[in-house]
Amino acid sequence: MVELFEVRCPGCVTVTEDGNAFNVQAEKWLEVAKILREDPDLTFDSLMCLTGYDKGTDDVLGVAYNFHSMSKLHKLEIRIEVSRDSAEIPSIANIWRAADWHEREVYDLFGITFSGHPDLKRILLPDDWEGYPLRKDYETQDYYHDMPIPKDKTDWE
Amino acid sequence: MTSVIDSMLKLFGSPQAAGSSAVSLIVAVVIAGLVVFTIMAVMAIVAVYFERKVSAFMQDRIGPMEVGIFGFKGGKQFWGGIGQTLADTVKLLVKEDILPKEADKKLMIMAPFIIFIASFLTFIGVPLSENLVVSDFNIGIFYVMAAGSIGVIGIILAGWSSNNKWSLYGALRSAAQIISYEIPIGLSLMLVVIVAGSLNFGDIVAWQAEHRWFFIHSPFAFVAFIIYVIAGVAETNRTPFDIPEAESELVAGWMTEYSGFRWSIFFMSEYANVLIISIIASVVFLGGWLSPLAIFGVHFTWLEGPLWGLFWIFSKAVFFVFVMMWFRWTFPRLRVDQLMYFCWKVLIPFALANIIFISVWELIF
Amino acid sequence: MAEQLKDFSLLHSDEMVLNMGPQHPSTHGVLRLKIHTDGEIVSRIEPIIGYLHRCFEKHCEYLTYEQIVPFTDRTDYLAAMNMNDAFAIAVEKLLGIEIPERVQYIRVIMAELQRIASHLVAVGTFGLDVGGITPFTWTIRDRERILDLFEYVCGARLLYNYIWVGGVSHDLPEQFIRRTLEFLDYFEPQIDEYNQILTYNKIFIERTADVGTLTPEVAVNYGCTGPVLRGSGVKWDLRKTEPYAVYDKFDFDIAVGDGRMGTVGDTWDRYFVRIVEMKESVKILRQALAQIPGGDVHAAVPKKVRIKEGSVYSRYESARGEVGFYIIAGGKDKPMRVKMRSPAFCNLSVLSEIAEGWMISDVIAILGSLDIVLGEIDR
Repeated sequence: MVELFEVRCPGCVTVTEDGNAFNVQAEKWLEVAKILREDPDLTFDSLMCLTGYDKGTDDVLGVAYNFHSMSKLHKLEIRIEVSRDSAEIPSIANIWRAADWHEREVYDLFGITFSGHPDLKRILLPDDWEGYPLRKDYETQDYYHDMPIPKDKTDWE
Repeated sequence: MTSVIDSMLKLFGSPQAAGSSAVSLIVAVVIAGLVVFTIMAVMAIVAVYFERKVSAFMQDRIGPMEVGIFGFKGGKQFWGGIGQTLADTVKLLVKEDILPKEADKKLMIMAPFIIFIASFLTFIGVPLSENLVVSDFNIGIFYVMAAGSIGVIGIILAGWSSNNKWSLYGALRSAAQIISYEIPIGLSLMLVVIVAGSLNFGDIVAWQAEHRWFFIHSPFAFVAFIIYVIAGVAETNRTPFDIPEAESELVAGWMTEYSGFRWSIFFMSEYANVLIISIIASVVFLGGWLSPLAIFGVHFTWLEGPLWGLFWIFSKAVFFVFVMMWFRWTFPRLRVDQLMYFCWKVLIPFALANIIFISVWELIF
Repeated sequence: MAEQLKDFSLLHSDEMVLNMGPQHPSTHGVLRLKIHTDGEIVSRIEPIIGYLHRCFEKHCEYLTYEQIVPFTDRTDYLAAMNMNDAFAIAVEKLLGIEIPERVQYIRVIMAELQRIASHLVAVGTFGLDVGGITPFTWTIRDRERILDLFEYVCGARLLYNYIWVGGVSHDLPEQFIRRTLEFLDYFEPQIDEYNQILTYNKIFIERTADVGTLTPEVAVNYGCTGPVLRGSGVKWDLRKTEPYAVYDKFDFDIAVGDGRMGTVGDTWDRYFVRIVEMKESVKILRQALAQIPGGDVHAAVPKKVRIKEGSVYSRYESARGEVGFYIIAGGKDKPMRVKMRSPAFCNLSVLSEIAEGWMISDVIAILGSLDIVLGEIDR
């Protein structure tokens, strides 16, 4: 698959350290996504999962895309990492409709903006919630609509 | 056939001054009204209990089993929980009466009474036995249909005044449905009128006593009978035609914003309508107060008379009520356009054809 | 006045925005649908979710792997065994441990019983949605027997915490196999009864056939899985196409919609797939109960789950479709990130695509056929 990408889009993908996935630059993502969908050897017609993650160590947020091809029966994981301050990734909601709600969820919980998304707004949390809870540096707001938010976590761990 | 009011007037009044006859008229009307009201209230209570037990039986449940009257509980027996609906009635009557802030309060208070008045007025023309009808109209069928259709005004008012979108949907669906289904009902009753040559319930039953019951009169009369039962179920808003209430779609349709006493009035009228439709079905098609044994040519004089008439008419009506409940707990619900389709493109053409055929039949036989 | 009436612009009509839920009898929980209607016809639907969001994924970052298992129960509370199983399998993949065969069999038995129980609720509540009340009580009556079996095995009826990482909490009780076989003998004829009262009812067919057709392409593109995808005629079942546990040892078929009453992928097909799947589950159960080997169910349970860095995406066929767990291990006894790919989440997102243009009553039928569980969508 690496060779295929070298032909179709040189320098677009690199294999991750653990060897399970491909890293893609955010700028080239749309181009790669179209190849994934349309290349007759790949035809990834199904987006299984879209996961945002924050490893908390360096200043990056990541999104992992798990693709699957129903006709070719192969899988692929793509990871895109962007900096925490200007987290923006092109949206693939128009290529895989499944990404629509999943991208909204990642936006909701991680604050990664998906440019070109048809309707990017919070999905699980209320629209007026502050902050992005699944980031490791998230701090809960003190009050929500004048209701105090309990923060005592002594018994949680 | 003499009506209850006439007999009461005869009972009270010797031919005297005009003033006292007015008083006796008022007394007679009040007594008759109270009797009708009691029948409606008792009917609602009994029907709710009956419905709960019937549905429980169909659904592999026991139904109400805990509340008894004077310690007479029943438990898992088929008559268990006999006090349940009484307790429910008390609960409904003492419940807080909620009027939404944005609702049109005057109309919202008025609507249940309009619906109630409709079924109340209908009851006046419905015979309960030979010589047991509050007022014996010579256009009885026409009157019953006309009075019954007043109710739809109350339904629209209730839906509109609640200022709730679900209620509005329910009201509009109900208006469309009730007005449409009145036509097949009218047409199937018309067939009977053509044959019997009278709009009076007494005359119709007398015709059946003389000849034979209407549902076996001719194939067309039988079809009319089926049409009447189906349209009657639709007219009373019961499953599979309960789209105005449509619990799973419209929450409770036009009754969504009602609670407590007002809601119980809706409930009472609904069950009164069920009873009215059933009684008319048994009077018009199943020989009313005639004994079913008469079909087989068996005549027992001790099986006839007003009280036995009451018994027969109610057994037939209860059978219809049971059939309606049977429908309700068996069928899914139609969609609103399918309901209209069924009425205008199936029932009405059949009913119209029926009328033509029965006219020909009458000419031949 | 007459002139005014000639001006038809005065007779303009507007769309009505109808707010269905979060408290509504047919939204199966706390789903809210913003429906734009033109009369009874629905022109646009916007599902609004999140009313049952309980921060499952955030909680996972604070809990050890073993502690997460009871939380997975609470996501899809109608198929809690499946959720336990899905999570356990994902963690076992990360750990790279071998599970004893008896445990695999027990898990398959539990998963299939749970699938039947979940489909019974789906079928029953779908009946409720289209107005038939009796099928619901019948299916719930039979589901009760499955819950009795679960109670017999692990003491709980709804949220089990039965399937552990590396094993199960208790071995099967002595009489379990006999009782399950008895249940299967009782249950199989019941399916025909549901068919009589609901599936082949004329009104039911009128209400569901040709309604809300989901084409296979759209279904795949939206990430629909489970009975919703199979209802569209796509032969895709992870138990068969990517067998996990011991599913490759059983002989069963994938139920697919065939457009028997209307077009392929209509509401009736999605409903009927569940009926057929129950029959297939019974088939699997009979084989599993006959073949189950002996062994120690705690043999592979690790003392403490501690995973080195790594990530895994594991898929599992639950009653509602493909449950995915994407786990990033942080080298501690707690995961760094757990993402649950919820099947109903994706299945629900297709609603606005297939339900627009139909009537309000149809929207409810279509929503019922998607069989959503809000606990799983909102997590």
